[in-house]
Amino acid sequence: MVDMEVNQIQPKAEVQNLNFYYGSFHALKNINLFVPANKVTALIGPSGCGKTTLLRCFNRMHDLYPGNRYEGSILIDSINTLGRGVDPIEVRMRVSMVFQRPNPFPKSIYENVAYGLRLRGVNNRLLLDEKVEDALVASALWDEVKNRLFESALNLSGGQQQRLCIARALVTDPEMILFDEPTSALDPIATTSIEELVLELKKRVTILIVTHSMHQAARLSDYTAFMYLGEMMEFDQTKTIFTTPANKKTEEYISGRIG
Amino acid sequence: MLISDNLKEVRTQVQRRQLANGIFAMIGLLTILVALIILLGLTLQLLIQGAPRLSWDFFTSFPSRKPEQAGILSAWVGTSLVMLVTALAAVPLGIAAGIYLEEYARKNWVADIIEINVTNLAGVPSIVYGLLALGLFVYQFKLGESIQTAGLTLALLILPIVIVTTREALRAVPNSLREAAYALGATKWQTIWDHVLPCGLGSIMTGVIVALSRAIGETAPVITIGALTFIAFLPDSPLNQEFPYLPLTGSFPWINFEQLFGWLGAAFTVMPIQMFNWVSRPNPEFQLNAAAAGTVLIAMTLVMNGMAIYLRFLFRRGVKW
Repeated sequence: MVDMEVNQIQPKAEVQNLNFYYGSFHALKNINLFVPANKVTALIGPSGCGKTTLLRCFNRMHDLYPGNRYEGSILIDSINTLGRGVDPIEVRMRVSMVFQRPNPFPKSIYENVAYGLRLRGVNNRLLLDEKVEDALVASALWDEVKNRLFESALNLSGGQQQRLCIARALVTDPEMILFDEPTSALDPIATTSIEELVLELKKRVTILIVTHSMHQAARLSDYTAFMYLGEMMEFDQTKTIFTTPANKKTEEYISGRIG
Repeated sequence: MLISDNLKEVRTQVQRRQLANGIFAMIGLLTILVALIILLGLTLQLLIQGAPRLSWDFFTSFPSRKPEQAGILSAWVGTSLVMLVTALAAVPLGIAAGIYLEEYARKNWVADIIEINVTNLAGVPSIVYGLLALGLFVYQFKLGESIQTAGLTLALLILPIVIVTTREALRAVPNSLREAAYALGATKWQTIWDHVLPCGLGSIMTGVIVALSRAIGETAPVITIGALTFIAFLPDSPLNQEFPYLPLTGSFPWINFEQLFGWLGAAFTVMPIQMFNWVSRPNPEFQLNAAAAGTVLIAMTLVMNGMAIYLRFLFRRGVKW
């Protein structure tokens, strides 16, 4: 494990003894993890290992469905977001999410990006215009859509839609963005543009990304966590994980023997 | 030759399956043709039979003992007003109930029982609703044998249809859309109002059209609650003849509500009852009137459907699909 003191890492979020249950199914077992601020942290592991489940704990998406239960805590800036008095909506306003499949609203490109601001009560047209443009520039989509902001977002290509979803997640200045396999539904060129974007974004926001591709984790992330059967097997700097993994399971996974 | 033998076998096999496919396509075409021809025949027959009676006078005359002077004024006004009450009562109630059941209600055995009951209610014979309304609206609430009673009765009748189609429409909205809104920090109501409802509105509208089309042709429950079959007057107009038209008064509450909503309590008849009345007369001249009234009823249904489709178009445009 990484020694935080030695490496001078500022944690943005800390997961402490997290257990998660889908009904009676124990999906996450005693997870401990910290997510360094303004870095990219990747969650890797074979299908069904719980990496997406863990990601969705960070913005409490599990609260939407009955029968789900958390134990333990996730601290974001030292505040436990799983605490009793914390409204999940409050957490989701601090932590944005980009989903596996692009899911733009069936509205105009402009309205897709503006929606997060409208939820926060922003109605000033000039301010909206400015923020929408900033977010679209930051998500490297502005040049492609600036002349058709009021056309339907569903006319965009898959990669453009995913960048639109990133702009939508970015416009409200979140403290953290969760990416749930953001490129698994995209072609290689679109994947490259999304990856470049993620690297650019870490300058301003903390990023936690689930990926099924070890190459993507190696290219993108500063830190990598390897999960297996609902347990956190190993967490370290990405280069350490991929060169000298401490755990035998990690080594088997990255060398392709399990997966 | 091994390969050509194999090819031959594949070809005969494909031909056999294509034959089955073709047979089904033919059967399907035949059934749809039979349905279309019968429907077209009925409508055309009504139209041709009733055409000589369709004149301006037919719409502006009250029923009469003389078939050539009889008209459908009281019937079409009655049907329009009853449908207005029905739509105003059933559409908001049904959609709201559908939203609650689908999006808010916890999924447990109570919800299952409610679901089964609502679905069953959609299949209860309409005369039963007439009896219920007679006891509840006429005798209990003393709403009279009036437009409001008929409107509410038909609203009850179509409420289950509206609820069930609303639920189905909402269920068809992809979950990824809901998650996208929630992930941005939307509340449940914001998610429903901003995204789920606009997305499902087309299907909800279709359900509403089907429901209202059923209500407009209902006869039995309306007779049960005491609709008249021969009526030679209209409900009092809620508006005044001259400017400012609204029935204003000099003192609080400034509007004469009794005049504004007086028509709700008026006696009435509806198109299907008028038709039934004419059909049951021995004089064959009245059959022509019935055919003409039937044509008008079909036209009213079409106009209603057209309005709903136009509304759907408007909403869709607002959603910027």
